[in-house]
Amino acid sequence: MRGVVRGLSSWEAVVVIALVVVVAVGALAIEGVASPRFWRFVSLEVIPIALIALPMTLVIITGEIDLSVASVLGLTCATMGQLWVWGVTSLPLLIAAALLLGALLGAVNGLFVTGFGLPSLAVTIGTLALYRGLAYVILGDRAVADYPPEWASAAIAPIPGLTIPWMIIVVAVLAAGFGVVLHATPIGRGLYAMGNNAEAARFTGISVRRTTFWLFVATGAMSALAGVFWTLRYASARADNGNGLELAVIAAVLLGGVSIFGGRGRLAGVLAAVLLLGTLRNALQLADVPANTLTIITGSLLIVSVVGPNVVVKLRARKDRSWQRGVPWRFSPR
Amino acid sequence: MTTTLARSASRRLRQESSRLFVIRELGIVAALTLLVVVTTIVNPRFLTSQGIKDLLLGSTILAILAVGQTVVVITRNVDLSAGSVLGLSAFATGSLFVAAPGLPIPVAVVAGVLLGAACGAVNGGLIAAVQVPSLVVTLGTLYVFRGIDYTWASGRQINAADMPGAFLSMGNTTPVMTMFAIVVLVAAGYYLRAFRSGRELYAIGSHPDAARLAGIPVGRRVLAAFVVSGALAGLAGVLYAARFGTLDANAGTGLELNVVAAVVVGGVAIFGGSGSVYGAAIGALLLTTIGSALPALGVSPFWQRASVGALILAAIGLDRALAVRLARTLRSGR
Repeated sequence: MRGVVRGLSSWEAVVVIALVVVVAVGALAIEGVASPRFWRFVSLEVIPIALIALPMTLVIITGEIDLSVASVLGLTCATMGQLWVWGVTSLPLLIAAALLLGALLGAVNGLFVTGFGLPSLAVTIGTLALYRGLAYVILGDRAVADYPPEWASAAIAPIPGLTIPWMIIVVAVLAAGFGVVLHATPIGRGLYAMGNNAEAARFTGISVRRTTFWLFVATGAMSALAGVFWTLRYASARADNGNGLELAVIAAVLLGGVSIFGGRGRLAGVLAAVLLLGTLRNALQLADVPANTLTIITGSLLIVSVVGPNVVVKLRARKDRSWQRGVPWRFSPR
Repeated sequence: MTTTLARSASRRLRQESSRLFVIRELGIVAALTLLVVVTTIVNPRFLTSQGIKDLLLGSTILAILAVGQTVVVITRNVDLSAGSVLGLSAFATGSLFVAAPGLPIPVAVVAGVLLGAACGAVNGGLIAAVQVPSLVVTLGTLYVFRGIDYTWASGRQINAADMPGAFLSMGNTTPVMTMFAIVVLVAAGYYLRAFRSGRELYAIGSHPDAARLAGIPVGRRVLAAFVVSGALAGLAGVLYAARFGTLDANAGTGLELNVVAAVVVGGVAIFGGSGSVYGAAIGALLLTTIGSALPALGVSPFWQRASVGALILAAIGLDRALAVRLARTLRSGR
């Protein structure tokens, strides 16, 4: 029992094992999962989600949340489309404009949260509506889809000799960067401290406001990068690009073992969860399982990811209570 | 001496907060009035009987959802699954009429409410029994309930012809629909104001641990709040079916964000402990009014979302400013 409990308390390990099991069972049971083409589709699908999940992990670890990411993605797409219509045909210029816009939108979130001291949940519900609304103001129900076809093929071009798109390397490099910052620098330890107790973190000399502000800026920029990829991959800029993606991203981050209350979680768990959901979705599609079953599975996994560890903690608490009776606040929820 | 001081301080606090409460509610009413007056001056056709009818019909469903959400948000929780519960209940109502064409309307209403309450009990049970964060659980059940809805509908659609004429005309009779909203609103408002368990919901939202130490059965109250929210979402689903007649598994998708927006605009603090169902209902009315005022003002309807976003930011900014003022007034002890 002890061993099981200790093993389960490392939720990341559970997610990684689940990923391995899904891949193994899928490769054996479903024709096509073992093929290189399958992994190409999985990679293309997880790239935007992974790009946004990286900074989102850090944001949630500090105890904040950003619900506006998909709207930043949509507004970036709309802006790129409108710039293209206005005759900006240089791809580097478009990308630079998109990233700058994303950082700016993130800075607006950060300003409301740190400057005015407003809860990020409420602020980013507001900017979720505001940014998506501005995307509709810019493009309406038009779609800008006359980009040069070579842009799309460049965006999804495979790594030479493989089928996996080269953008995966960009994701990997960024993931390594975020991983190092989170797990190997004082900044990263500061993020955990902020998530556990922002007040105490301030007294240890961490600049809570400034860190939070820059995290929101980074989230905006990364969402914009996901928007650039989205626009290029589908060769289409529409105001509703990526609608609802924020829920998929947050589901992946939480499934990866990051606590919604902050202070807990690892980037590896989140990446494994992003891959797990992407693999599961594509494998089940290959097996002709209807998409709605996957919706149910995603939701159930999310619930299990919070219920599972808590039940374990409760069971352990019950066992230990013999010597801690009468101290009701001893076991507050994580 | 000390007791007198404490008593006078607590009276001050009560007076001061009820004054702010009034300021806050009056603020939304003023915004609503201003919007209606300006729109009517620009476009006199806005306030014809047909226009008013559309406004009231349109806000009924959102207002009922907002009342349910308020009960949950007051306890420092959130119910993101409201839109999915609405969809499930709407489709269930339609299916019920397909299966039993002669079914009395009250039976259908009760069935929808019970189904919603059952969904709410799933949410509340998980949150109260395992003490997991409501944001994660209801994000999970948002997917699960919607997935069940899709599986059940499996691509089918229920049309107006499948439902009794009396039911459909109920959904388009303004007095009946408005009466539903008003009964729900007044009942919830009275309960939260006058009942001990209603007041305890505020105590839980203000400080969950303190509420627990004060002997309030936090788990049971939170469970009840989610059952109420689910039941009202179920009722909203029945009304949705009656109003729109055509139903597929997509009914109410994404509605949860509008509901949370209405609640926040209505002055309910997102972290619990303060706010009223009346504010939330006026918030719902305001959001609906913006939707129909923009076309009447000759503004592109694409501005709707953006203006809702700006409104949310303005509302939480105002709340913050009022809270700061309240704190300053109390500290100075005037």
